[in-house]
Amino acid sequence: MKTIDLATQTVRDLNQALHDQAKNCTETEWEVLNPKGQHNLAVGLDQKLKVDIKGDAGYYCGGMNKEADIVIHGSAGQGVAENMMSGSVRVKGNASSSAGATSIGGLLVIEGDAGSRCGISMKGSDIVVTGNVGHMSCFMGQAGTLVVCGDAGDALGDSLYEVHIYVKGEVKSLGADCIAKEMRDEHIEELSQLLKRAGVDEDPHAFKRYGSARQLYNFKVDNAAAY
Amino acid sequence: MCGIVGLYLKNESLENQLGQLFVPMLIAMTERGPDSAGFAIYGDEVADDSVKLTLRHEDESYDWAGLAKRLEIAFSTKVDWFQNSKVAVFKLLADGDDVVAYLHENAHDVLVMSAGKSIEILKEVGLPEHIVEMFKLGQMKGSHIIGHTRMATESAVTMAGSHPFSTGMDLCLVHNGSLSNHNRLRAELKREGIHFDTENDTEVAAGYMTYRLQQGDSLNQALEHALEDLDGFYTFTIGTKNGFAVLRDPIACKPAVIAETDDYVAMASEYQALTTLPGIENAKVWEPEPATIYVWERGDK
Repeated sequence: MKTIDLATQTVRDLNQALHDQAKNCTETEWEVLNPKGQHNLAVGLDQKLKVDIKGDAGYYCGGMNKEADIVIHGSAGQGVAENMMSGSVRVKGNASSSAGATSIGGLLVIEGDAGSRCGISMKGSDIVVTGNVGHMSCFMGQAGTLVVCGDAGDALGDSLYEVHIYVKGEVKSLGADCIAKEMRDEHIEELSQLLKRAGVDEDPHAFKRYGSARQLYNFKVDNAAAY
Repeated sequence: MCGIVGLYLKNESLENQLGQLFVPMLIAMTERGPDSAGFAIYGDEVADDSVKLTLRHEDESYDWAGLAKRLEIAFSTKVDWFQNSKVAVFKLLADGDDVVAYLHENAHDVLVMSAGKSIEILKEVGLPEHIVEMFKLGQMKGSHIIGHTRMATESAVTMAGSHPFSTGMDLCLVHNGSLSNHNRLRAELKREGIHFDTENDTEVAAGYMTYRLQQGDSLNQALEHALEDLDGFYTFTIGTKNGFAVLRDPIACKPAVIAETDDYVAMASEYQALTTLPGIENAKVWEPEPATIYVWERGDK
């Protein structure tokens, strides 16, 4: 295992060392010490690495991640795992706003609460939050799954496309065009698999499903004539 | 951009270290605001019938002793004063509003940065680390302090545009964001007798708070009204003689994080500004909710 101590090395040293593994992988296990809320930790990875960040991360930690499994042993700032392609990011503490924003693939697990706009414009990733999510979560979510084991804030799923949202607790309010939907067998199965992958022990039957009513402008075939 | 930071001590035995604890917090926000920096520190309170002012003059060799003499004659009282760089702190037995009015009338070139019982505002153009050094912040004592590092976007890098802004006794406000209805609100507040020194939007928010408190609002009530009347995006941190408050607009796109222990409450734009505080590893750390008022106040001593 290789250790990078950010008390003595820079974030650029860290990211360069991790990027160097993309072509010629010599070390798969990495440990990052003294992150102290610095931004852009372990971004743009493109290799099956295991990265343990021992402390709190700043903005965009694990951004654009491909294949790597990143664990933050603390809280994360804005945009954790933003635009993730594949692999996984796990946050042991809380995450700030825009967690998993625009993420295309992979698994994001937040063991605490997530702030506002969790999963905003997500495009295919799976996000599991053990605690609550803030307002405007999943805004314009296009594809993927958002699971919230606690409560959701205002305007959940506003202007949603095809993301499947599962919430166990209360939803303060639903955003435009987001509605509660029937929980069918295939959804219990999907949720059950995802909870298992995330290592979260919850009963899938306790969740409600939310999705798009598909009534906004983009869903109306009559508007196709405009193009 | 811009960075804001605040530290409110719950444990009075830390008051001697307030400046020392705050220095790394302010410097950590340099990347968010390298153009100017400032802070408002509360402590060294004067008696109820007296006032403390922080005054600034562009010329470091300005004749502060002469100004003190003129005030002594005008108000028939002794003026206790000291100089810190381009700033001087004056203390005298007089009504605060009367002294401010006298200075506006008789010392045009002197800028009144703050007036009150407890507040001192110090701010300058330049990097936070230089400003910290210039005013010897590390040696300062007090009960609470709020600071700002500015990345100028909509007005020039000048002293006038530097935060914190104070428009009333012991009140100050720092802001990350931008207000959209500040012009009309400024006009309305001017009619109510609030004095403004700049065209800055943040000063209007400070003026608004002063106005509400003058109307008899508590800090909490003033902030409830602010949520209705201020349009724009903002994270505010507000200081009063006894209190410290944080408020984010209903959309909450400007960052904020709060950490609380038995000893202190600290807020910052980013978590990295809090990492040097004692006991931060076990502090309760959270992101303040949108349109939610957070207030910490101590009773009058």
